[in-house]
Amino acid sequence: MSRFLTDPELPFCKGCGHHLIVRNTVKALEAIGVQPLDVVLVTDIGCHGIVDGNFATHTVHGLHGRSVALGAGMAMALPPQKKVVVYIGDGGATIGLQHILEAARLNVDLTVVVHNNMLYGMTGGQPSGLTPEGFRTVLTPQGYPFPHHDLPRLVHDAGAPFAARVVGLGDFSDVLRQALETEGFALVEVLEICVSYGVKMNPDLRLKELAQQAGYEPGVWTRPSRPAFRPVPRETSSLLDMEPVEVRYTSPLEGRYALVLGGSAGEGVQQAAELLAQTAIAAGLHATKKGSYPVTVGVGFSTAEVVLSRPPIFYHGVTQPDAVVITSADGLENQRERIRKMAGGILWLDASLPVPETGAEVRVRDFRGRAGARNAAVYALWTFLQETGVIPAEAFAETVRRSSLGQHIPENLLK
Amino acid sequence: MNPATSHPVLTDGSRLIAEACVRAGADAYVGYPITPASLIFFYASRRFPIALAAPDEITALQWMAGLAAAGHLPVSATSFPGFALMVESFNMAYMMELPMLVVLAQRLGPATGTATAGAQGDLLLLDGLISGGYPFPVFCIADIEDCWTLPPIALRTAVDLRTPVVLLTSKEMVMTQERVDLAALPPIEPVRRTFYEGPGPYCTYGADENLVPPFLPVGNDRHQVRLNASTHDRCGIIQHTSDEAMANTRRLQQKVEARTPVLYELDEQEGAQALVVAYDITAGAAREAIWALRAEGTPVSLLIPKTLLPVPAVYADIIDRYPRVVIAEENLQGHLAHLLFGRRIPPHVRLVGAIGRMVRPDEIAEAVR
Ligand code: SF4
Repeated sequence: MSRFLTDPELPFCKGCGHHLIVRNTVKALEAIGVQPLDVVLVTDIGCHGIVDGNFATHTVHGLHGRSVALGAGMAMALPPQKKVVVYIGDGGATIGLQHILEAARLNVDLTVVVHNNMLYGMTGGQPSGLTPEGFRTVLTPQGYPFPHHDLPRLVHDAGAPFAARVVGLGDFSDVLRQALETEGFALVEVLEICVSYGVKMNPDLRLKELAQQAGYEPGVWTRPSRPAFRPVPRETSSLLDMEPVEVRYTSPLEGRYALVLGGSAGEGVQQAAELLAQTAIAAGLHATKKGSYPVTVGVGFSTAEVVLSRPPIFYHGVTQPDAVVITSADGLENQRERIRKMAGGILWLDASLPVPETGAEVRVRDFRGRAGARNAAVYALWTFLQETGVIPAEAFAETVRRSSLGQHIPENLLK
Repeated sequence: MNPATSHPVLTDGSRLIAEACVRAGADAYVGYPITPASLIFFYASRRFPIALAAPDEITALQWMAGLAAAGHLPVSATSFPGFALMVESFNMAYMMELPMLVVLAQRLGPATGTATAGAQGDLLLLDGLISGGYPFPVFCIADIEDCWTLPPIALRTAVDLRTPVVLLTSKEMVMTQERVDLAALPPIEPVRRTFYEGPGPYCTYGADENLVPPFLPVGNDRHQVRLNASTHDRCGIIQHTSDEAMANTRRLQQKVEARTPVLYELDEQEGAQALVVAYDITAGAAREAIWALRAEGTPVSLLIPKTLLPVPAVYADIIDRYPRVVIAEENLQGHLAHLLFGRRIPPHVRLVGAIGRMVRPDEIAEAVR
């Protein structure tokens, strides 16, 4: 008995092609000179998947269709002398086609052996994506009406250095050996007939004939080799290497102040709100900031909520804003409902906009006219601070000047 | 705050989660972008020793399982639509007993719902996630400090129990920028990993009375490792329903129930007749509510559960001490309430919920009064 097996009695029906795949795999492994513990056999769901117990290698038995992705995770982490072999059926290859193509594209160091008996054997003989046209199955007794996927060509197109198809008769261990010796992704499709369901429904068919009729061309498709995908752990630096916000201003605020800034995407709304929150921290306050914008981040509204507070902030929602600052029509439209519900507080509104229905005090200011669209948000917040003194406006101007925005702000805008 | 030693910055929970995971020893991140978890993916891509972009969430979980099988400690973050795709693979990792962490950032559903609106809508899904109703550890972040302190505990639990773990959070927790004093963050001890060193034969699922089998990566040169997602015996060989296999499956429940750390915050006030129970993002609103109530002279207590699953027995003991209980969470169904009381909520228990917005402190206070 081969050192790769613990038990030569395989659990398959008599005459099932799976026997030959195991024998040829073992022969190929012996030929490349590895030890059993150099091999991880990953099996999928299907009759082939119950063979784990016969192997003396590491064995991993996963889910239906996912074994290539599971094996890929291992192959990425193991050194090149370890061989990850994936056994999968035609059904598994159908449900997990994305995993196969992705592993081929990335050139993950795997040898995938597709047991293509052209139907789902374990569940009673249903057709798969590899069932050839005209093949009779329990669900298609008149013959399967669609062409099959050409798996070796698909993975070849996806970038696999080695892809092959063999008729599963006799000794095909040399093709498996070539696959095992490939640096990176290799797939071998082995054609077989399920003696229980395939032969029953197609009694006159012989495997070779069937392969020919179906256009299942045996062959080998190769590409020039490229490095296998094996991510190397890298040194990284802490995400907390951040400049501290220096506390060097004061604020008269004793309680909590909630502000909503509404404008248009691409007009610096989020950055302006962030700078306001940073200024608040520089003034010894607690601050929170959150943003809201449509999925198309480059167009439409952009709204930010900022809470400034002397006591710690546990709840950073904004129910009744103390201030709403609107710099554009997008911002006004997005905040119209909230503005209408305001029973107090102050609404700062750009002069270009119609005054909406609201219970808030309305202050119309020429943000866009003075600052232009790009700087309207920063200028509006500076104006808000000038008029309320929640934080010194000069502190905000200083924070803006020190930020990446600083160089784009005209000298006199925040004075 | 002592200005001499403080290091205040404006940042978000996502950054703290990613950094805390790496400091705790997580060495591989597998991501697929989804709001509101994409920020964690962004930070993780800069910080993790290995950071991989998967083509979908099923692949993400499978790659993680493969990495974990080979000895890595992987992390991913997602939201419901992505997590839904991970469910079968999560069950696989649970059955194979592979350590990993999934950060689940909740958003408004059903289905795609609203990607940028928060919610607490996935707890009941987690309760029934493992086919058969088997429990796995779920911890929940209640404030930005937890974004720093809970990932290491979750990762340690994943390693100690050999299990996938979920760290539950939500959009407003991981995407809101807040003032954080970096100097006040406690240091993080890396998770210590031990591998089987015995003479063999090694059985992948051969656990002693501590219920967790020693771990050995696939591909090692010393002993054969057999991992199996199907019903299996102690050595990982597929079984139908043999006694040994059923005992192994039962052990999965036993180890999680016996060994999941119990984490919660309890702020009890003398004379309080009411207990507020809140978790995740609503814990903040609950804190503000009890401050307001106490300021007006209404004594009230607060329980913030951080171990959500398996539900620790101590929560029932605490809850039973109060004639009135208010459970607040950002959903319509009362997920935690359901876990604690089932479908029949007793009359002394009031539920406060909301969808499409955060639960407000005044709503919680009103339910207490
Ligand atoms: S049912 Fe078909 S595929 Fe399965 S072992 Fe028998 S012959 Fe092989």
